[in-house]
Amino acid sequence: MWYALVDCNNFYASCEKVCNPALWKRPVVVLSNNDGNVIARCALAKALGIAMGAPFHQCKEIIARHNVAVFSSNYALYGDMSRRVMETLATCAPYVEVYSIDEAFLLCDIPLAEATDYALQVKRRVMQWTGIPVSISMGATKTLAKLANHIAKKRTENGVFILAGDSYCQSLLETIDIAEIWGIGSRYARMLRQHDICNVWQLIHADDSFIKKTMTVVGLRTVYELRGIPCIQWEDAPPPKKAIVSSRSFGSPVTEHAQLKEAAAHYSAIAASKLRRQQGATGAVTVFVSTNPFKDEPQYSSSATVVLDMHSAYTPDIIAAAHTALCSIYRQGYRYKKVGIMLTDIVPSQELSPTLFTCMINYEKRYRLMQALDSVNRQHGRGTVYFASEGVVRPWSMRRRYLSPRYTTHWDEIPIVT
Amino acid sequence: MPIQLIVYQLLPLKAPLYLMAIKAGFPSPADDYVEKTLDLHEHLIRHPAATFFVRVSGDSMAPLITHGDILVVDRALTPHSGSIVIAAVNGELTVKRLMEQHGSSMLVADNDAYQPIALTPEVDCTLWGVVVHVIRTVA
Repeated sequence: MWYALVDCNNFYASCEKVCNPALWKRPVVVLSNNDGNVIARCALAKALGIAMGAPFHQCKEIIARHNVAVFSSNYALYGDMSRRVMETLATCAPYVEVYSIDEAFLLCDIPLAEATDYALQVKRRVMQWTGIPVSISMGATKTLAKLANHIAKKRTENGVFILAGDSYCQSLLETIDIAEIWGIGSRYARMLRQHDICNVWQLIHADDSFIKKTMTVVGLRTVYELRGIPCIQWEDAPPPKKAIVSSRSFGSPVTEHAQLKEAAAHYSAIAASKLRRQQGATGAVTVFVSTNPFKDEPQYSSSATVVLDMHSAYTPDIIAAAHTALCSIYRQGYRYKKVGIMLTDIVPSQELSPTLFTCMINYEKRYRLMQALDSVNRQHGRGTVYFASEGVVRPWSMRRRYLSPRYTTHWDEIPIVT
Repeated sequence: MPIQLIVYQLLPLKAPLYLMAIKAGFPSPADDYVEKTLDLHEHLIRHPAATFFVRVSGDSMAPLITHGDILVVDRALTPHSGSIVIAAVNGELTVKRLMEQHGSSMLVADNDAYQPIALTPEVDCTLWGVVVHVIRTVA
């Protein structure tokens, strides 16, 4: 058995290119929420020296000079392209573990001699089906596959690297710094260097009792994984989230209570729909607000939690709780930069049992209403149907000046062919 | 021309509509015979991960494909000579018929008013997907 890590190259920038061939030979960058910083760069943009995380306003000159295409982050598009990549991978291997929006582990049962061919086939299929380029690395454990990914990206032409057999050797492992190892943070890396353990080969041959003493059993597990002994569990489906957060910074600062209430209602509605998607119900709604800490002006931030009488996934319940919480923390005279909602105490909705006090409520009617709402918004795009308390004009909404079409999730925005 | 009537519903069937399932008594003998309604998605889409929808602008493939049609494009299929394909030519997506003859390939418009595009190494062209269905609203 081999573990393969499939990692999408420059994922957000690649997504922008798939349906827009005019970008294939142009440098592309994607900006963070509110168009603040560069969060993804295609290979051409990297070659221009645009740094990851660079503030957008500092790159304007180089962007103009090299005709760089700039995009606001389009999460509708990235989410759908991610689903396509993961579904394609599911046709290539018996087990797929989605690790992040652009990474997945595969478990593959093939002889080592065929590993490279297999990886190239998977890479070709993902490219053909979805248009997304990927790197693939393999090893006997997840930690080795993750380590091999570093080599696949930095040191190979074809983006495929198998860290096993002949390549699993002193001359290669000596060249990889311990900081590249999955699960070794900067604190442990510093400590290990003080003990003259600087590269992967040295760590593999470190003394077990020393590792256990200094890095606990978790660190020892990482070392075992580096030696090729699988210790990290396979997670078929990520466990349901224990907390759901929905929050954004405002495009421009907000001072009015009424506008904050609209924004709180809007993020409550988004969080509630996420909650229903994982078939959960929440017992506590937290609201947090803050001013902009980077501005030289009066600062305030606070949060409040409302515990619900009973668990709920009903949007009006959650909006009402959020408004109660907001009222208790709102202070006049501040320029707010951010409001957010957090749902905690999440339980599976089927585990709820009716009580003496709740049997008065017509659950079925509420449930059908939420189902209708989610289904319309899923079919016709988020925000087709919304609560009036979320506001209509939304002067507080975030800045997304360079948003590309939602090519794959909105009928009005699908690509045009001539 | 024979007309086949297909009854379909646009919203794919989702989970049952009850919040709390009640399990009691004997299962209904009719359960085995419950037919689900037809899902058009299932009929039109073979490879969901690889299928994209695009909208047609212009009449280069008339009369088969006309302005405003929605095309179902499957990127998992390999085009052969005669396939209707989406190709990226000079930075734009275009729908044409792929024709292969004597080892050379061309993109040909069904509408005679358009010139074929010979696929030579100098031409900036990449095949993007294979058109499998045309969706046209007629009423």
